[in-house]
Amino acid sequence: MRKHLFEGLIRSPLTEPAPMPDDAALAELAAALDRVARRRLGRSLAIREVDAGSCNGCELEIQALSNAFYDLERFGLRFVASPRHADVLLVTGPVTKNMREALERTYRATPDPKWVVAVGDCARDGGLFAGSYACLGGVASVIPVDLHIAGCPPPPVQLLKGLLALLSDEVARK
Amino acid sequence: MAALGELMGMARRVDAHRPNPRAVVDAAGWRLAADALRDGRVTLLGLWGDRAAVHMALLDESAGNFGVLSLDCPAGRFPSIGAVHPPAIRLERAIRDLFGLEPEGAPDARPWLDHGRWDLAHPLDRSPRPRHREAAPYVFLPAEGESLHQIPVGPVHAGIIEPGHFRFTAGGETVVRLEERLGYVHKGIEKLMEGADLDRAAKLAGRTSGDSTVAYAIAFVRAAEAALGVEAPARGQWLRALMAELERLANHFGDIGAICNDASFALMHAHCAVLRERVLRAADAGFGHRLMRDCVVPGGAAVDLAPAGVAAIRALLDEAQRRFPPLVALYDNTASLQDRTVGTGVLRPELARRFGAGGYVGRASGRAFDARRSPGYAPYDRLKFAVPVREEGDVDARVWIRIREVEQSLDLIGQILERLPTGAIRAPLPSIGQSAEGVALVEGFRGDVLIWLRLGGDGKVERCHLRDPSWFQWPLLEAAVEGNIVADFPLCNKSFNCSYSGHDL
Repeated sequence: MRKHLFEGLIRSPLTEPAPMPDDAALAELAAALDRVARRRLGRSLAIREVDAGSCNGCELEIQALSNAFYDLERFGLRFVASPRHADVLLVTGPVTKNMREALERTYRATPDPKWVVAVGDCARDGGLFAGSYACLGGVASVIPVDLHIAGCPPPPVQLLKGLLALLSDEVARK
Repeated sequence: MAALGELMGMARRVDAHRPNPRAVVDAAGWRLAADALRDGRVTLLGLWGDRAAVHMALLDESAGNFGVLSLDCPAGRFPSIGAVHPPAIRLERAIRDLFGLEPEGAPDARPWLDHGRWDLAHPLDRSPRPRHREAAPYVFLPAEGESLHQIPVGPVHAGIIEPGHFRFTAGGETVVRLEERLGYVHKGIEKLMEGADLDRAAKLAGRTSGDSTVAYAIAFVRAAEAALGVEAPARGQWLRALMAELERLANHFGDIGAICNDASFALMHAHCAVLRERVLRAADAGFGHRLMRDCVVPGGAAVDLAPAGVAAIRALLDEAQRRFPPLVALYDNTASLQDRTVGTGVLRPELARRFGAGGYVGRASGRAFDARRSPGYAPYDRLKFAVPVREEGDVDARVWIRIREVEQSLDLIGQILERLPTGAIRAPLPSIGQSAEGVALVEGFRGDVLIWLRLGGDGKVERCHLRDPSWFQWPLLEAAVEGNIVADFPLCNKSFNCSYSGHDL
């Protein structure tokens, strides 16, 4: 183990430079973000991920945000285990009817101010699962959504762009 | 062959079912199959509903082939298999929920996928009726004894994982009973399949379980190609195998790290996550999508591999062959980690065999089954690989199976790049003008994925069933956890890494 730790000291980091915040996401957020609330939170957001019927593809890419290449925590963003500790809910999936109540309860358990980010194409409108007897078709049909990050699943860089938009000063000034 | 041959021999063969045979039995024949399952002469591969019929896929492990038995049930009832063969119980509960077909004599009358939230009762029935009454509360199985307590967990879990509910009954630290309740991510995929054209249906199949998108797509298109009587060109088939091995590699790297992380050994997790990311980037360079979603299509592959992609995958092989062995040594030599994994969550070989557990769950408990080897499919018949097996059945054994499979997949990818045939990657699909059926069994990273479908004369899907390997692994997790401490559950659970979405459909 000593060898691995020592190697870690001398190897150059794998971490990618920070991407620019996504323009479309910024525009969408401009309407949603409250500057006062943002100032209170500073550059630190706690994120609670909720799978509301995803195929698990989005989860895999959200997990990848924590690897050495994307290193989410350097931006002050971190995943927390409880909605009661969260500022942001990251919701995936077309919202199955069997998950509706759990999603609503998770939302209610999250303290204000809070933002909801819908991740993936099914979280926008149900995607390929739209019209199913078992799906509601999109996160916005259950709880208010502040930002969509498109993709099936969105790659980590896309997710980072969207989340950075949440932190961006630009948004608050607009 | 004897057992399966006997069962199929007594029945009426269905012609338009390829490549494996399907036969229609009467209730007596159905019961004989139940007996054969109970006695372990055949293994249950799947059990699913249809309009006024039920089908089951049976594997003859010694002969290495499988077939489908069907029973017409015009009265809406069929003799329960679960009554004598427990692996069928949840499958029958799902059939009752979706089709309203009643398994007579079934030991468990509770719903499974249906949580009482849909507007329809029996949504896959010919004419589903609107639901009027509220669902009754779900009753968990009792566990009685002095000072036992219950711990409810989920459906929303602490990590970034899929939703499901676990009900633990514990005596102090020790788990006395674990009962799972699943179905939270039921999306109605099989209903969406009805009437879908092949392209849309292949996309749906590829979104059944996100981590196995390639395996599902291959299983679906192989079943469809069998039904249509068309074969993908050699290069298309080899490219699919390349994608399948990349997918296996990415998932195994992720799992090995995540299992160690659940034993609080974050160093391994960090290094394995880097390797996983490298696989996804190579896949992106080779096929234009990190998870290779929608890259497998009916008739072959959607994207050809350019020289730049070959170079990226070769660079990945070099990197993995250099970086992985020291990590394996690290796993093997860290006593505090071994202390957590060795002897934890033991799955007994006889249970693995009885449930026909696929993937690393089965192979870590002595069941040497790998669909790539037997029944086998192209191009694996022309590739050299070993199927690692261990007998211990603990978390450690499931880690080692993954380690050995990583080595095999790295080798397979090398062989495929070396011998990749030239030529077309996709064959045109014929229109057949009549109903046809196909079935395929494909080895995903988690185990064997079974897909059965019936196409209409217009080439659209009439009925498609997708059976995730998790159906036979989830119940075994309940057994493996018993007697372990609650704190070791995440470790056991991650070492199984069952799919929620693939199971819930």
